[in-house]
Amino acid sequence: MSSKLNKNEKCSAWQGVIQDFSGDKQVFDMSWGKLMMWIFLLSDTFIFSVFLTGYMHARMAATDNWPVSSEVFAMTIAGNSIPLVLIAIMTFILITSSGTMAMAVNYAYRGELKKTVYLMSATAFLGACFVGMQAFEWTKLIIDEGIRPWGNPLGATQFGAVFFMITGFHGLHVSAGVIYLTVIAKRVNSGVYEKKGYQIVEITGLYWHFVDLVWVFIFAFFYLW
Amino acid sequence: MTGSEVQQHPIGLYLKIWILLFVLSTCSYLVDYMEFQGFFRWALILIFMFMKAGLILSVFMHVNWEKPALKLLLFVPLSAIVILIILMSIEADYTFLNRFIYLLKV
Repeated sequence: MSSKLNKNEKCSAWQGVIQDFSGDKQVFDMSWGKLMMWIFLLSDTFIFSVFLTGYMHARMAATDNWPVSSEVFAMTIAGNSIPLVLIAIMTFILITSSGTMAMAVNYAYRGELKKTVYLMSATAFLGACFVGMQAFEWTKLIIDEGIRPWGNPLGATQFGAVFFMITGFHGLHVSAGVIYLTVIAKRVNSGVYEKKGYQIVEITGLYWHFVDLVWVFIFAFFYLW
Repeated sequence: MTGSEVQQHPIGLYLKIWILLFVLSTCSYLVDYMEFQGFFRWALILIFMFMKAGLILSVFMHVNWEKPALKLLLFVPLSAIVILIILMSIEADYTFLNRFIYLLKV
């Protein structure tokens, strides 16, 4: 079942698809909770894609110069101006939280619940750090740079609107994820899932990895482009 | 349930992917830090972005070990987004041109 499929297995993969869809059974071989999380994430993908496409349109159609993000988001540390340093740290924090989440899922299926709870708490903590740093970044932009959703002193008016909408919506997802993780970690700890099994940890993980995935795209298109 | 047999990967796999994601993130940060410009910059940004997204999706989110039916569910609808992006970029060029002509007249 590894990624290396030979020709016969590839053939049977498509036959499997046909069997899944045409057979007298449920199409997706997974629990409803996991499938619904996937469908939710697909719909969320559309929301973020439309936001990013709207950003592309605003930026391409703007006649004023688009502010240079590596200068806007630079921070002065020990006298040197380092471009994007806070954003880079936020990226590493989110990737680390994804790593701890993946391990939490693994330990949950092995039945090592103490480790699962610790790792989920660590994930939630890192997520909270991320939101905190984002709040710091917003404060800096609003107060020091004078960037507003309706305009800014640096160039194209649309910059503020796009920035606050996209990072705000992502930050909202991270905040919701922190709450979600905390609730599930608490319930795992108190033994709610002893009979049901621990797939809930995997479902929570899917959501959390998705938040990280969206950040990869925001980081590339908004901050680096 | 298929879920339980899927999860038998060693922890080391996740650590490896984690390190790989760290390296890729550093690379994409360096694209900005080294001040690459133009086509080269965009190509590098996109390459690192898709590599990171691919690793997160296939290993962390376990899509690699899911059945093809789910992969189809996830990736076929995305073609609509590709079409949207193409249409909107054409439209954005048109809007820009019109604004530009308008500003020239004034």
